[in-house]
Amino acid sequence: MVIRERLAVTVGGYGALALLTCAVAPLVGSTPISFSRVFDRSIPFADNVDAQIFFIARMPRVLAGAVVGAALASAGVVLQALLRNPLATPFTLGVSAGAALGAVLAIAMGAAATLGPLSPVPLASLAGACVAAAIVYGLATRPGRPISTSVLLLAGVTLNSFFSALILFAQYMADFAETYRTVRWLMGDLDVGSFGAVGATLPLLMGAFAIFALLPSSLNLMSVGTDVAATRGVDVGRAQRLAFLGTSLAAGAAVALAGPIGFVGIVVPHLVRLMVGVDHRIVLPASALFGAAFLVACDLVARTVIAPIELPVGIVTALLGGPFFLWLLVRRS
Amino acid sequence: MALTVTHLDFSYSAFALSDVSVSVQRGSLTGLLGPNGCGKTTLLKLLSGVLRPRHGEIALDGRPIAGIPRRALARRLAVVPQETHPAFDYSVMEMVLMGRHPHLGAFQLEGPADLAVARDALDATGTLHLAERPYMTLSGGEKQRVIIAAALTQSPDVLLLDEPTASLDLGYQLEVAALLARLNRERAVTMVLATHDLNLAASLCDTLVLLRDGRVLLQGPTRDVLTGAAIKQLYNVDADVEFHQRAGHLTVVPVRRA
Repeated sequence: MVIRERLAVTVGGYGALALLTCAVAPLVGSTPISFSRVFDRSIPFADNVDAQIFFIARMPRVLAGAVVGAALASAGVVLQALLRNPLATPFTLGVSAGAALGAVLAIAMGAAATLGPLSPVPLASLAGACVAAAIVYGLATRPGRPISTSVLLLAGVTLNSFFSALILFAQYMADFAETYRTVRWLMGDLDVGSFGAVGATLPLLMGAFAIFALLPSSLNLMSVGTDVAATRGVDVGRAQRLAFLGTSLAAGAAVALAGPIGFVGIVVPHLVRLMVGVDHRIVLPASALFGAAFLVACDLVARTVIAPIELPVGIVTALLGGPFFLWLLVRRS
Repeated sequence: MALTVTHLDFSYSAFALSDVSVSVQRGSLTGLLGPNGCGKTTLLKLLSGVLRPRHGEIALDGRPIAGIPRRALARRLAVVPQETHPAFDYSVMEMVLMGRHPHLGAFQLEGPADLAVARDALDATGTLHLAERPYMTLSGGEKQRVIIAAALTQSPDVLLLDEPTASLDLGYQLEVAALLARLNRERAVTMVLATHDLNLAASLCDTLVLLRDGRVLLQGPTRDVLTGAAIKQLYNVDADVEFHQRAGHLTVVPVRRA
């Protein structure tokens, strides 16, 4: 099959899967609701409890899962190609640790600043993500040279542990209530409360996706080798900067919205590659769509597995993702 | 002249190329010889535009390559690196089709015409039967031929090769050498290849450039340049250089360290 048909079939198939998951997920939960009642126009919305549960209680959470899943999975694909390392994740470069530190500080200090629909914690975590990305970028770039991907990787890993230490310190100084909130935030949870929070991060995520759309063929060539890419007409420095900016935006916005939900950025790209091959022009859109479906499905499990208690989805993805990651490691060696 | 290098200076931490001037004739097969660290790979990277010189100029058909847009340059000049290690498990066909990149627009996917170019390149390198195989499962010789095919799909008229036979056994060395000679002859591809294999250079190259310590020691037709005296100067090795009747070219037999 030529690439055009493969792309159409893949996007069609994964797109349908994502849509179906997003449509079914709000129907399922601790309170059973009926599909026909949800869309029954004869009952006024104010009296239609099923429609209220579907649209107000569950839909924002499902939408958040879809955008966060798509963002983390595609950021994973892009970073794995940029770093030429299939085990990289959206959090490898320290952006999530920066975001987490921002959030933890906001919780510990009881910050009250808001920006439109963004409440203090997401706002602080976005700021933290920006700071982390700026530090890593500053360390890994020299004027007129391509980004050093090894410095990028090492700086990211180091920043991750340094920020973790700061998070522990902030927690140690905090009181019980703050510590509890911090721990819950660090678990990663899609209980965003309203459409407003999703809408607030949407421009950032759209920016990230627009950048990702420019990258696939450059990612193919750069994952073969940066010199190879340069001699085939890729502006390597520009592609690297765009990839870094896009993944930072995606990871920063996703973490601000839902906390650091682990493993989506590595499990999804690898599953997708097993199914559709490794060409980034197919892997990237397929991962975004499958990532959306995957996280929404994981969240469905999180909401129902020990209902009426709703688990943070980060616990479910980590329980699934940890063993999967180990399996990947063993399979590679 | 296909490629001309004039008074090129470049430095790289402890290493420097200084005042290098080289001219590569259209349709020629030029060998770059010299000891480890003499600057062969660096010169190739400068020729391909991956590195930029500090002083001096590199021109392709009289036009400075610094002024040629990347994609336009990649449609005329392709590189076969020493080794290629993709981070993901691409198929041979995918690897080779990536050579079409400079011919495609930003969001354009390759079409039947590009596929035909890729098939043709695989056919020319005797690797068409490997098209669907994962690249990483190939042997060294197969990989090298596939990478040459990928470079050919750029439809270049200049090909730069960095030690194209370094990791190959004797059979594959001869095979790749024959392939390069044929591509040079049939497709009129101008080639510059860096190598440590003096006999490969003697059999294949019509012109040689000898580099030592970042400077050009000698350049000219192979039969004039490849002499015992030159090899002694270049590698500090005593060697016999004789014309071999059955092979039909000069052969070099290293005798001892001078």
